[in-house]
Amino acid sequence: MTALGWALPALPLVAGALLLASAPIFGRRADRIAPVVSVLAALGMTASAITAAAVRPAVRVPLFGGFEAGMAVDGLSAVLVVMVTAVTSAVLVFAAGDLPGAEARARFHGLMLLFAGSMLVTVTATDLALLLMAWEVMGAMSYALIGFRWRDQGRVASAGVAFLTTRAGDLGLYLAAGCAVAGTRALSLDTLPDAAAPWRDLVAAGIVIAALGKSAQLPFSFWLSRAMAGPTPVSALLHSATMVAAGAYLLLRVRPLLDATGWAATLVAWAGALTALLLGAVALAQRDLKQVLAASTCAQIGFMVLAAGAASTEAGTDQMVAHAAVKSLLFLGAGAWSAALGTMDLGELRGAARRHRVVGATFAVGALALAGLPPLSLWVTKDAILSTVAERSAPLYVVGLAAGVLSAAYAGRMLLAVWRRPADAGRLERVGLLRQAPLPVLAIAAASLGVVALPGRDLSPDLALSGALAVAVLALVWRRPFRSRRWRPAPAAHWLYLERIAHQGVVRPVRALAEALARFDDRVIDGAVRAVAAGGRRAAALTDRRAELTVDGLVNAIGRAARTLGALARRPQTGLVHTYYAQAAVLLTVLAVVAVLAV
Amino acid sequence: MTVLSLTVFLPLAAGLALAATPRLTGRTAVRAWIAVAALDLALVIAMWIGHDGGGLGYETRLRWIPSVRAGYHVGVDGLSLPLMAMTSVLFLCCAVYSLRLTHRVRAFAALFLFLQTVCLGLFAALDLLLFFVFFDLSIVGMYFVIAYWGHGDHARSALKFFLYTFFGSLVLLLGFIGLYLGSDPPTFDMVELTRAPPLDGSPGLAALVLLAIGIGLAVKTPAVPFHTWLPPAHTDAPAAGSAILAGVLLKMGTYGLVRIAMPMLPEAWRRYAGVFIVIGVVSVLYGALVALAQRNLKRLIAYTSVNHMGYIVLAVGAAGLARDAAAGRLAVTGAVTQMVSHGLITGALFLLSGVLYDRARTYDLDRFGGIAARAPLYAGLVAVAAFASLGLPGLSGFIAEFQIFAGTIGTGTATAAVAGALAVPGILITAALFLRVLHRAFLGPPGELTGGVGDVHPAELWAVVPLLVLSLVIGVVPRFLLDVIEPASAAVLSLVSR
Repeated sequence: MTALGWALPALPLVAGALLLASAPIFGRRADRIAPVVSVLAALGMTASAITAAAVRPAVRVPLFGGFEAGMAVDGLSAVLVVMVTAVTSAVLVFAAGDLPGAEARARFHGLMLLFAGSMLVTVTATDLALLLMAWEVMGAMSYALIGFRWRDQGRVASAGVAFLTTRAGDLGLYLAAGCAVAGTRALSLDTLPDAAAPWRDLVAAGIVIAALGKSAQLPFSFWLSRAMAGPTPVSALLHSATMVAAGAYLLLRVRPLLDATGWAATLVAWAGALTALLLGAVALAQRDLKQVLAASTCAQIGFMVLAAGAASTEAGTDQMVAHAAVKSLLFLGAGAWSAALGTMDLGELRGAARRHRVVGATFAVGALALAGLPPLSLWVTKDAILSTVAERSAPLYVVGLAAGVLSAAYAGRMLLAVWRRPADAGRLERVGLLRQAPLPVLAIAAASLGVVALPGRDLSPDLALSGALAVAVLALVWRRPFRSRRWRPAPAAHWLYLERIAHQGVVRPVRALAEALARFDDRVIDGAVRAVAAGGRRAAALTDRRAELTVDGLVNAIGRAARTLGALARRPQTGLVHTYYAQAAVLLTVLAVVAVLAV
Repeated sequence: MTVLSLTVFLPLAAGLALAATPRLTGRTAVRAWIAVAALDLALVIAMWIGHDGGGLGYETRLRWIPSVRAGYHVGVDGLSLPLMAMTSVLFLCCAVYSLRLTHRVRAFAALFLFLQTVCLGLFAALDLLLFFVFFDLSIVGMYFVIAYWGHGDHARSALKFFLYTFFGSLVLLLGFIGLYLGSDPPTFDMVELTRAPPLDGSPGLAALVLLAIGIGLAVKTPAVPFHTWLPPAHTDAPAAGSAILAGVLLKMGTYGLVRIAMPMLPEAWRRYAGVFIVIGVVSVLYGALVALAQRNLKRLIAYTSVNHMGYIVLAVGAAGLARDAAAGRLAVTGAVTQMVSHGLITGALFLLSGVLYDRARTYDLDRFGGIAARAPLYAGLVAVAAFASLGLPGLSGFIAEFQIFAGTIGTGTATAAVAGALAVPGILITAALFLRVLHRAFLGPPGELTGGVGDVHPAELWAVVPLLVLSLVIGVVPRFLLDVIEPASAAVLSLVSR
């Protein structure tokens, strides 16, 4: 049991570390075997995940003295470990066929496996310390993968923005860990709701900030736009299915804490709903396919976050799994077209679906599922969330419904762009077998995951309403494609200017402060030290000129006085006898006068 | 002659032997140095294995100056053993790195062996005068390293380093004398002073003594605003010298706080813990921000040292406020772990920056770019060291910093919680500045001087890799280190809470 619990994350972590270490040692040879090793590791990982989901192992990890740390596969984690490993396998198969031979495949696959391992630790961690460790490692892997083609300064800068933005959110987890120690004397996730009053709210605040940051919810959404600079398999795995969903997972995990604090659940629900709405509008206004998918990811995760705040954990989990299948499918399709046609622009992708039928058909399934078309997966899961939300709060429900309408709109627009009749023949490259292989599997998952849940649910009028809305919007988009500029307002096209606000509001002031403090350090603090040194030298010079001269001068003056007195004493010694007679006469006269006066 | 005294004085004996054989070639001298350093490390590891939980081990006590009850008293416990191990590892790696040295190699090796004795002796010392002697000798040794093997404005930097830290050590001596006079019967022995804290009944005097000791150690740590000797000393020192200066010498200050100030002046420490907390937070944020603005790689790393030492001062300050033993223990353990971790990581960073100077004779980041194309191994090592320094989990920095933050905020008091919350953004600023280093110099398109930067030589590689591997091991399986530190930090905490 414990062996399985360790083996689950250990397999990808060790395999990834070995691949990374082998890259500088073996060079080209490592690159040749890397795809095989990584796909095998991924399949092994999937098998162990499925076993773990059945067996439900739990292990204790010795970390800090006096604080329990461990990993456990429970109901929520079981679903997610299977999802993570399955999507990772699909993406790695795609990547085996996607990355050109010249690229550093060992490094790529090593980083992807390390990421998968840390994601598995994240979804199974039972305490804040281990969670934070895996959380940050995911962020670092994301950085390394977005900046994979590091010769390009723009990609490297994008990687930096993504890493620093998520790290800013992660500060909340550090804070939460400290407050958890203060409030509960433990770091365990289960005991968080029992914390004492001010600490509990602080823990909740910290966790919410970290989760919103990692899941690219408002106001952090801009980093996901920048993250699209990475290779497409990276976007498919990290920035759609797994890492960005980790924030939503965390919120679902700490549901009891959010409910205990009250305000946290409301805040989370509204953050999710508003993100779903506004980022849906952003997605509608994008011209680049990956940007549409990125904005759509933010919006769909908004539904998961909404579920964590106002609906049930099961609904949120279902949405997470369905979205993972749908979004990774869409990203892989986009990646296949990017490799074949060399562009991601929606205008230039005209008719791409007709040229590559497998990709086109699977992409269509994914897009229709994204739109919420019955009976595909996201229709059921989204409605599960919205119907529970409707019972809690009408405004939230309206916002959620509007967000659902927008998702149908942008999904339809995307679909239309790739299925329209192509204007000209253009480049026609084949899409490799490895690239096509995962797509049908993901398409089946995207389509059927909803049907699996359907028989257990009672068909409420909400289901019918949302289904009808989706159909209506799709039909509308097909007739009137919303191509005019009016439907792409500048704020939406520029991701609500979030990055510009972050840059002007945070980055520039901090840099200015840093420069000012550096100048202060050199001129004032070090200046004081230099002034002390200069003062010492001046005091030394002063002592030498004034004091020493005076003291020495006194000594010299005494010596001169003694010499003068000596010179004066030598004056009477003339050697002339008449002067001696004169001196004797004067002296005798003085003596006589003194003797007379004394008497 | 006990194992401990042998461990401490073996390098000195070897250094004297090296100095006394004028016909030795440079290469042979370094090889001898490496052998001695490896033997010393083996001795320290043997002591580690032989050390059992509890208190002091391998104690030796000899009469030295009976009239002031100062003796040659040495011993190791959970605080000093990890630091001695880190010292030995770092000196060994500097020895390996120096295989590429060409200028006055024999004298360099002898001087470093002398420095190794001094550093090990300080961590093993259980007598205040003995501690002070080693403290001052370290300043003397490092002065000569910077003055004779440095570059740039090295004479001036060495002088500034010497005068500033020597002044600090004199203030420290004042504090030690205060402790001596305040104890009854007057003694310099640390164990006796810890058992019966001096100046128990006179809080005013205790505050003054704490002030003196605090300033003396603050100059060495270095804490803002006594830190300005550090950047020029680092920039102009040779790579191995900077590594030892940052890795070992800076720890003498914080070690003194945990070994001397906290146990011997518990009441004063508890009363003035807020001061240390404020100094810690200011050092963290100030060091990180000023580092962010630097263009010179070594100056940048020097300021990150100010930042990292600030975490330690913050943690030990918060431990003084701790109402909860678990949180206080976490804070002190984190502080000691940070001492070890920072030594390894920053030592590696300085050795790596030495590679840059060796190839291109400059540390200016803006003149490089895309080094990873010509020197992928070098870039990989710098990336690992940079991420270790910014506190990425999986490496030792995170283990230390997480414990510090959790322990500081977890003490339960508002002061410590706010201070911890203010200090946490330090890791974000550190991340930003290290990413800037990577992006500016190692990634992206090639820069002006990139052509001259060849990849690491074997000596440089095998000097840095052990440090980073050790940091990785501590980051992934920290228990072997924490098992040694935790009993000692629990002891310190109980002493402070008296």
